[in-house]
Order: sequence, then C-alpha cells, then structure tokens
Amino acid sequence: MTSHRLTSRRSLLKGAAAGGLLAASPLAARFASAQSEPIRIGFQQHQTGIGAAYGRWYGRTTEAAVKAINDAGGINGRPVEIVAEDDGTDPKRGAEVIEKFATQHNCDIAFGTLFSHVVMGSAPAAGELKLPYFVVSEGHHVASGALNRWTLQPGITDVKSQVSSMAPWVTDTLGKKVTMVFPDYAFGHDHRDFFSAAVKAAGGDVVGLIPIPPTETTFTKYFPQIPRETEVLYHVMVGPAVLTFVKELGEFFGPSAPAIFGFIDSLEAVDLASPGLEFLDGTYFWEGNPRYAQADQSEYDKAFRAAVGVDDTGASTSDAKDVSTYAHMWGCWETLYIIKAAMEASGYAGPDDRQALVEAVEAMTDMPEGMEHPQGPKLFNGRTHQVFGRQYVSQAKEGRLVKVHATSIEDTLYPDEVDYTTMSF
Amino acid sequence: MRPETRALVLHLGVIAGLAALYPLLPTYHQGNLTRILVLAIYATGYNVLFGYTGLLSLGHAMFFGAGMYGLGLPMQHLGLPALPAFVLGTACAATLAAAVAALALRTAGVAFMIVTLMFSQAAFLTILYFTTWTRGEEGFVLARGARRIAGLDFSTPDVRFWTAFALFATALLLTLWMARSRFGHVLVAIRENEERTRMLGYDVQSHKFRAVVISGAFAGASGAAYGLFFGYVGATFASVQYSIFPLLWVLLGGAGTILGPLVGTAFMFYLINWAQDLTSAYMLVAGVVLVLLTLFARAGIVGEIRKRWLGWLP
Repeated sequence: MTSHRLTSRRSLLKGAAAGGLLAASPLAARFASAQSEPIRIGFQQHQTGIGAAYGRWYGRTTEAAVKAINDAGGINGRPVEIVAEDDGTDPKRGAEVIEKFATQHNCDIAFGTLFSHVVMGSAPAAGELKLPYFVVSEGHHVASGALNRWTLQPGITDVKSQVSSMAPWVTDTLGKKVTMVFPDYAFGHDHRDFFSAAVKAAGGDVVGLIPIPPTETTFTKYFPQIPRETEVLYHVMVGPAVLTFVKELGEFFGPSAPAIFGFIDSLEAVDLASPGLEFLDGTYFWEGNPRYAQADQSEYDKAFRAAVGVDDTGASTSDAKDVSTYAHMWGCWETLYIIKAAMEASGYAGPDDRQALVEAVEAMTDMPEGMEHPQGPKLFNGRTHQVFGRQYVSQAKEGRLVKVHATSIEDTLYPDEVDYTTMSF
Repeated sequence: MRPETRALVLHLGVIAGLAALYPLLPTYHQGNLTRILVLAIYATGYNVLFGYTGLLSLGHAMFFGAGMYGLGLPMQHLGLPALPAFVLGTACAATLAAAVAALALRTAGVAFMIVTLMFSQAAFLTILYFTTWTRGEEGFVLARGARRIAGLDFSTPDVRFWTAFALFATALLLTLWMARSRFGHVLVAIRENEERTRMLGYDVQSHKFRAVVISGAFAGASGAAYGLFFGYVGATFASVQYSIFPLLWVLLGGAGTILGPLVGTAFMFYLINWAQDLTSAYMLVAGVVLVLLTLFARAGIVGEIRKRWLGWLP
C-alpha cells in the first residue's frame, strides 16, 4: 500500500511538471487517465467446476504476483488491479466472461485460463473483441495454430513440448518398450500422439496403447491388456478416479511392476501421503516445477514459495492438507511478469495500445531465470505465441518427490506449426 | 379486441420491443441479448415438448449437440459453407429426434425421462469416442473466415444479433401459430388427459412423435446457430447440464406459455450474472432464488402472470 502511495505521488509530480506542455495537447486526457487509473487485468478463474482446485491456486499465485508488482511500483507507474470472474470451468461461460471483461469491466487484457476447452471456447471472443488473451493452459491449442493473433501462451510450456522432451529420458533410463494408459478423449489423445512419436524418434517402441473410457471407475479389467514385454508403463489418468487407478495398479502388479512414469497432472492438489498412493513409491513423474523444495533449490523458487504461501512440501503454509498445484501455478506468476515487461516495452497506456502490446510480446525471445521467471529460463517463440522451458522428472521416495532429471530448453523444441505474426489483427 | 388478436399484437410487440431495445443497450448487454435469444430458441423448442405436450425430456442436450456438431464437423473437415452446414445441423437434430422418439415414446412418465437421459449420455460419449474428429472435450474453433453467409459475417456483433433476432422471432411466431392450431390443441389435450384424447380418436403417438421432432429441430437450430455465431464447437454443450438448462428456463419462465422460455432464459442468465457480481457464493444465491420462485410462483413468471391477470395469454 505504501508503494502505491509513493507511485501516485511520483506520478503527480511528473504530471505537474509536464502539465503545462500537455494541457493544450489532445493527449492530455489520455495521459491523465493513464497516470491515475489502474491497469485492469481480467482474470478468468476456474472458481467452480472441475478446475476449482487449480483455480484456487491460480488465484493465490496471481494475488501474490500482483502484490509483488504493485509493491515494486506497478506497471508504467500504474497499479495493477485484478478483476476475477468465475468461468465455472465451462467454455460457454468462459466466452461470456471474456465479453464481460472487454465491454463491461473495461479490462485492458484477459488472463489466466487453464482448461483447454475453456480456452478454445473463449479465444474466438477475445479475437473478435481484439482483447489480448494470455492463457496459462499448457494445451497445444495455441502453438497448433487453432486460435488467433490475440491469444498467447508466454508463461507456461505446452503439452507437446512437455511430452516430447520426456521420451528420450524415459527410453534411455527406464526402458525402450513402453505401454501407455491414457483417458480416451482429447487430453489423452495428445499424450498418445506426441509421446508415441517422440518414443519412436528416441529409438524406443510403444508396445501397447490402452485407452480408458471417460466414465470408467474401475480399471483392473484393463491391466491384463498390458503386454508382458512392457518395460515402462506410462500413465496420465486425471480426475477423482486416479486414486482408484493407482491402488488397483498396485494390487495387480504387486512387487513385480515395470518401471512406471506418469504426469503429475493426475495428482496435482493431492497429498502424496493419501491412502492408496503407497504404490507410487519409486515411480517417476513429470513435473512442470518440483512440488517439494529440492536440495539445489534456487533462491527464486524459495522466494516464490514464500510470496505465494507454499511450504517446502508444496502445501499451503496455513494448512498442510491444502496441497498446491505447484507444477502449473507458476505460469500465472511468470505470465503476469511478461505482461508487465511487454506493457513497459510498448509504452502501454490504454486499450488503444493493445495491438502494440501483442507485438511487444511477439518480439520477446530469451527470458532469463530470476524473480520474474522462478521456474527457470524460457525461450519465447513469437511466431507460435508459445514459450518453451525446462521440464523436470521426479521420483516418489518415501512420500516425497525428488528431482532426478531436468531437460534443457532445446530438448523441448519442435518445428513451428503456425506463424501468427503473418495474420492480421 | 378478440383474445387471439390481443395475443398476436402482444407477441409482435415483444418482437418489436426486442428490436427497439438492442440499439439502446450498452455493448455488454447487447452481447448478452444475442446469447439469450439463441438459447431462447432452444428453450422454446423444449417448451413444445414439455410445456405443451407434457413430456419431460432429460436428454435435449443431444439435439442441441447434434445441431452444433452437424454444423461444425462438415465445416471443419469438409469445408462446407455455413448456410448448408446450418441446414444440415438442424436436419441432423431433427433426424436424431425422430430416431429417439421412435424408441423413447414406447415409454412414458419417469421411464421417458430416464430413456432420454440415457440416449443423451450415449450421444455425449459418442462425441468423446470419436475424438479424432470431434476433439472430444476440448472441441474445436470454427475459422472466422468460414462463419459467413452471403456476406454476413457472424463474428461481428450486429450481424450476430440481427440474425439471432430473426431466428428467434421465427421460432416464436411458429410456436404461437402451432399453439393456436388444431395440432397444438391436440398436444395440450394429450398433456391434460392422454387417455381421453386417444378415446376421442386422435392419434396420440403420431402427435407426440411430431412434437419430439419439432422440439429436437428447434434445439438443433439453436445449437447450430450457437456454434456458428460464437465460433466454438465442444462436447460440453452435449453434456447433461445442457439438458437441465432448458428445463430450468422453461419452468422459471412458465411452461406452456409462448413467452415463458424467453423470460426464463433471460432471468436465469441475469440471475447468475447478478449474483456473481454480488458474491463468490453466487450459486447459493441463485439456488435460493430458484427455490423461492418454485415455492411462490409455481407456474413460472409468465405462467403466474397468466394465472393472476392475463388469462388470455397463449
């Protein structure tokens, strides 16, 4: 709050000095407005629906980032204000919320969506309203070229780069013959397609593909389909059934299981000490950011945890049972700092500068590790509107996740599928 | 003035009122009105079956989804232009409704509800099963350039509104005409006393069948328009909550009234919107308001108005 006042006083002094010159200028009103009004960021939050656990932690991370930005003087001397609206994790409501941000709340930009179907449902509205839309979704939808020039994902890596970069490590370390168990809808199909291709490229072989229908609540009947030659079992189940899945998998294999590799998406916001998860001990997970503080923890990760209110086990500092979505939520923090950097680079003063803001983001490339990027360094591709960064592999050991591998950024790159910069606004 | 003339004047007045209202509204509410009108077509179709015929379906999302995917899939994969795609979407929904009616109408009452619910769930899972083409729960975006008919660009708010307005006005007048026709009177007779209607010599089964097909076609036209206007096709729109929504809209607005579906859709839209601005526990507020309405206005908003003041309302 103190910093807000300081910022305002400084703005007032600047305004007084420049006042004489600007008084007769048509820019006067715009300048005055720019100096006094906050930058309004519409936060499309999953407060209810299937994404509520993610939405809660995306909200806390966003609050912490905005506080840090405002404490340091805001953006272009203006404080940042978050306007949060619940999208119900629903694409119809998502699009309505985007319209509300643009035409009722007078937000400068929209930000923060995670679930892919909400992004897909909302992006057309953002494009039509010419509202810069910064998603934190990890879906491949942005980089695939399915969306528009106003939709960007500069603060979190996408599933294609995550999955592809895991394959070489899996085949080199765990085994070359892989069986995949995945949900039989788009999320699972992305994993199936991207990982299968990457495993083949890495010299491995996908020996079994086992799609699980979305309504399934018990999984034992699928396990006999796992080929006997399987060396690695890759799983990416999501939703409440994941605990049953893990328990039944443990009962099926007993002590003679193949190496098991999964995506932490299954267990975000779930305590690894939950009953039934003992079987996961010794298995491996992809993590977007290690949930447990590691021995080589960076000072930035430490400060990020403190700012958001997360302890060394990835749980809330005020409630140890409230486990965070640590592998994803850093994306909100980094996205807000990218918005700040782009607004400063483009001299953003108001909605008239939205196009310049998008162009400023498109011009970004290297983003060094630091307080703005606590997860690690990034490389942004302005053509595909997608950022690339390190991925982590952790092993479950005695109820904790211990980092065993980190990819390079180069490991995560793939050829461009779109060039948004050639599209008109 | 005769009640029939009075009713016609009122409904034409409502249509004229909507047209006059649009330019006066702030931009945000203009967008809302467009969405409400498209969804009110869905509710109007639902009302044909539930309000007039007395058949409670819990599976109308499959018809809404059939319209949306019937439009979206050929546009996305075959490059079909928007106008034939819209017609195809509506036809898909009507065909699906005919197939469902042929089977589901062998049941009645609670069994009809369960059978329609099951068919709808099967349709929803079919969309997920064919994820390779439908992109399942994630859905797909319709290219902006393809969302045009004869130079009308549906990505522009005004074109979107006036097309939605024309579609809704057509649906409203068709329903009004139907309600006053011999066919409509038989539907009401079926709702009030199916056995007596049968004894009077009417082909109840055939009337019910036609009501399901008309209702499904309205739902499909609404789904196709929603996809075309807002550029997104996704499985969520075929999920169970999208079967519950039209039931709620019609119950709130007034089942068996022509204007009830529009009023119910608008009321529910703004109730959620208003409650969300008020508190984060907005679903609780919406729930309490719905309970109060159910307790004190059992016939719905327009239904209560008809009961208390305007008995001539169709």
